[in-house]
Amino acid sequence: MGLKDKLDQLLQQGLSEVKASSDLEKINDIRVKMLGKKGPITQVLRGMRELSAEERPKIGQFANKVRDELTSAIEQRRNELEQAKINAQLEHEKIDVTLPGTAMAQGQPHVIQQIIDQLVDLFIGMGYEVATGDEVEEDRYNFEMLNLPKDHPARDMQDTFYITPETLMRTQTSPMQARMLETHDFSKGPLKMVSPGKVYRRDTDDATHSHQFHQVEGMVIGKHVTMADLKGTLEVVAQELFGDELDVRLRPSYFPFTEPSVEADITCFNCHGRGCAICKHTGWIEVLGAGMTHPNVLKMAGVDPDVYGGFAFGLGPDRFAMLRYGVEDIRDFYQNDIRFLTQFNQKG
Amino acid sequence: MKVSYQWLQEYLDLPEKPADLAERIARTSVDINDVYSPSDGLTKLVVGFVDSVKPHPDSDHLTLCQVNIGEGKLVQIVCGAPNIQANKNVIVALPGARIGNNIKIKRSKMRGELSEGMICALQEIGFSEQTAPKAYDEGIWFLPEDAKPGESVFPYLGMDDTIIDTDVTPNRGDMFSMLGNVNDIAAFYGLTPHFKMLPVKENSEQQAEQLIKVNIADQNLAPTYKMRVITDVTIKDSPLWLQIRLWNAGIRPISNVVDVTNYILLKYGQPLHSFDYAKLPDKTIGVRFAKAGEPFVTLDEDERELTSNDVVVTAGDHPVALAGTMGGLETAITDQTTSVALEAAIFDPILIRKQARRHDLHSESSSRFERGINPETVETALNEAAELIAQLGDAKVTTGIVTGSERAIKTTEVPLTVARTNHVLGTELTVDQIAGIFKRLAFEYTETDGEFLVSVPARRWDISIEADLLEEIARIYGYDNLPSTLPAQTSNIGGLNERQHFLRASRRVLEGLGLNQAISYSLTTVEQAQQFEIVRHGEPMKLDYPMSQDHVATRMSLIGGLLNDVAYNAARKQVNVNLYEQGRIFIPTDKDVRPEEQEHIAGAITGQFTNKTWHHEGQEADFYLIKGIVEQYLTNMAIKMQVTYRANSSRPEMHPGRTADILIGESVVGYVGQIHPQMAKEYKIASTYVFELNLEQLVTQPKKERHYQMISKYPTITRDIALLVDEDITNADILDVINDKGGAYLTDVTLFDVYEGAHLPAHKKSLAYTLTYQDKEGTLVEEKVNQAFDKVVQQLIKQLNVEVR
Ligand SMILES: [Zn+2]
Repeated sequence: MGLKDKLDQLLQQGLSEVKASSDLEKINDIRVKMLGKKGPITQVLRGMRELSAEERPKIGQFANKVRDELTSAIEQRRNELEQAKINAQLEHEKIDVTLPGTAMAQGQPHVIQQIIDQLVDLFIGMGYEVATGDEVEEDRYNFEMLNLPKDHPARDMQDTFYITPETLMRTQTSPMQARMLETHDFSKGPLKMVSPGKVYRRDTDDATHSHQFHQVEGMVIGKHVTMADLKGTLEVVAQELFGDELDVRLRPSYFPFTEPSVEADITCFNCHGRGCAICKHTGWIEVLGAGMTHPNVLKMAGVDPDVYGGFAFGLGPDRFAMLRYGVEDIRDFYQNDIRFLTQFNQKG
Repeated sequence: MKVSYQWLQEYLDLPEKPADLAERIARTSVDINDVYSPSDGLTKLVVGFVDSVKPHPDSDHLTLCQVNIGEGKLVQIVCGAPNIQANKNVIVALPGARIGNNIKIKRSKMRGELSEGMICALQEIGFSEQTAPKAYDEGIWFLPEDAKPGESVFPYLGMDDTIIDTDVTPNRGDMFSMLGNVNDIAAFYGLTPHFKMLPVKENSEQQAEQLIKVNIADQNLAPTYKMRVITDVTIKDSPLWLQIRLWNAGIRPISNVVDVTNYILLKYGQPLHSFDYAKLPDKTIGVRFAKAGEPFVTLDEDERELTSNDVVVTAGDHPVALAGTMGGLETAITDQTTSVALEAAIFDPILIRKQARRHDLHSESSSRFERGINPETVETALNEAAELIAQLGDAKVTTGIVTGSERAIKTTEVPLTVARTNHVLGTELTVDQIAGIFKRLAFEYTETDGEFLVSVPARRWDISIEADLLEEIARIYGYDNLPSTLPAQTSNIGGLNERQHFLRASRRVLEGLGLNQAISYSLTTVEQAQQFEIVRHGEPMKLDYPMSQDHVATRMSLIGGLLNDVAYNAARKQVNVNLYEQGRIFIPTDKDVRPEEQEHIAGAITGQFTNKTWHHEGQEADFYLIKGIVEQYLTNMAIKMQVTYRANSSRPEMHPGRTADILIGESVVGYVGQIHPQMAKEYKIASTYVFELNLEQLVTQPKKERHYQMISKYPTITRDIALLVDEDITNADILDVINDKGGAYLTDVTLFDVYEGAHLPAHKKSLAYTLTYQDKEGTLVEEKVNQAFDKVVQQLIKQLNVEVR
């Protein structure tokens, strides 16, 4: 048998062994056996010395071809087997992806805080500064500087927790109006402020009353701030909180520290104005109180009402939250049931 | 005020239906509580003529009535009312009718006798006990003789009316009368009212002043006080039209004299009081402060002890009425009354308001005196009442009014310019538009070149300055018609200041770490207010006049409130609770000075912090978990100085072995730990871990700057060391030595194992650390690390007597 035939036989034998091999170890054995230094192809090539100079390159070429073919067959088979092994592994690793993920700890801001932050951010966007006042106030700032002298009937509407005859738990965030008016430097431009915080009333707690709740106060005072500006501002607030498909109406009201005074209502979102229990069959829901700052308030704070004027408004985040989410009991906000708190977790 | 649409129609040609009118009133005048008809929800109620009555054969209290309901033949109705009579018109609820309380009437058999409907009392068709006339408390109501059988009863009873229930603000006392409503509605619709006043005919020669004297010593108490005397009166029921006016306004008809005073109160907003003249113990009337402790029995038969701030009307010196609030029982009108002394007055609004509050007597009268009285109509009201009593009680009005005091009726001059109006309202109103509004309001004015001088009539005592007039213009012009703009662009830059930013960031960090924000009550018990303070302050600030025992003092720590929340949850089977709160605490300073308010932040965790799941153990709340939260929080808040934790076993509310003070430098800014088991027992809660930090101290701390530090490209070398130490040597003790003696290349020390228990000698524990070395300037050689490490080990042995394992 000539060298060529020998090589050809080796090739056929190798290819059939490769084809028959079923694991990676075996394929490695074949590679070592066939292509190694002590392998038959190497042996055959060693016999080339006996060939003629004419035949030698032909056989050499053929031998290289045989080696390449075998190498590539081995490589291909190895890839196939590796892929099969990976597939088997992946099949083995399969899990039930419908099982729940690991529990994460993530806290939520209180729903009232969310509303306050939303409002504060809205006003910051409109150039308002944020003022935070004390919760224990002087009678003077809570009432007198707001045009509510000692015997004013409106004092009855907000029963007060007094500490001493001159100090009290503030009943409203409005004292910040007087305090900001007193300290603002009008030579640097108008006063635009918003002031959120806790307030207190001498009330018996029940589903709709709480001795502690929140307010957000706002005020804009300058040389030319109009009631039309107030109307536009209140519309922005109402639409930010309740959506812009609802109508806003202003109607006359009474607050000692504003004149004219108005209350702003929105179309009842429950019945869309047809009338229901939530809106007491009026089709409207009251959302905030406002007005043009009373000249007495400006005067008492040392601001000339002939030069400066503007508006103030106050709104209740507790009430907003109750309306917006249908919370029926105001005490839910202050008892902090974990199931209540964690509901308000939407961030989008 | 319950305003009757039908009554309004007597004075105004109303262009809109009740619901639309109510909407206009809300948008222009005062708020609306409700709009309703007394007949709402009622059906098939007709006039029935009782043809005959005979006893029920099987009952001693039922009767069988044959009733004409306008259908030709009579129907039988079984009736249980004791006052049923033949030949009377009654209210019949036909089979299928809906009566009060949404009850449906069916044809039925009562003790064997067919009843084709029901004969009704007023209370059965929606009248409240307070408004149905007392005489018919026990029985059915009789309709007028000329009522037609088979017709609806509603028109006969005024129940086809619509009531607009207004919510009168404190400034609009004028809207507490029909007259005021008529004026305002006329103004916004631009109508001319035809308001009818009834002039008095004095039909007795007798001079009133010979019958009664009025002597008002202190005119501040009663700036106006007038009386008339009416004689020869017959007390009887009022005619139906008058009773309808009253009950539709929520006032119970009583008798002609009393009903007339209430009718005038509704019409003019002028409260009147009628005294039984004969029972006045003295015929000189006065007004004075009551004496402290003076007893007085009011109309409601309540004996009250008066205070020296109460105001009484007196006969001689004897109190006969709580001025403007409620009359006395002794001089009240009864069926035997023959002469009436009628009072029309203005009392001091503040005194009346306080008196009504003090005695919890908020009457139709007091609510009007509180808001002020129209001086223009005091006498009109008195005269019209006298005339009506004369007409309805066949009485004689004696000649003259006896006046004890009289406040002048003044108009108020208020200047206003067109320019100013538009400047404030943001409108472009013309002189004519503004003038038109004043005309509608019936305010006199003069005007030159856009400058108005308005004479505001006394009936609008709420208007005294320019801003008040601007409100009138704005509301009559219509808030809907105001333009809608935003304040002109200015250079104001909005934003949170540093402190506000710090507070908001604090909340966000704790939420990110898994705590839910709670908002608890700031007012608590005295005992709780003093618990859990970071620093003791003694007694808390207390309310002068608390509302409930649970809320009497201001908190001095937030933890107590959070534990209330944990307890609230525990009582509802919610055992896994992770809360934080950011809010004020109140530190009392000197008396009469406001307390120091500090912002604090606190947390409380109990139970599972993260839930155990099918493949995860979950995380149980413990000391190291809450400490980890605090550490991460303080890291995020970038406190520059080193924060240390020092064991403190002396906080009485805290577990003595599981509590650490949190220090920045040498000052205690808060603490963290487990609450004392005794406390947990008192709060009825499981083991709970808490922290509280004084944010005032954190806000002012210098902060680490945000700057980038290049990450070293040179390798690190680590050495692990396990130390056997006495059990009372702390991690902090060891870290102090390592950090102190670690050398320049030591960049990190991490504790990776703590072991106590078996396999160790008694009172010993093992702590294991990884020390990381790096030279940021070059590659560190092993030799240098070995030197540094050996030094640390030697020092640990020397200083802490450790044994290297
Ligand atoms: Zn509705």
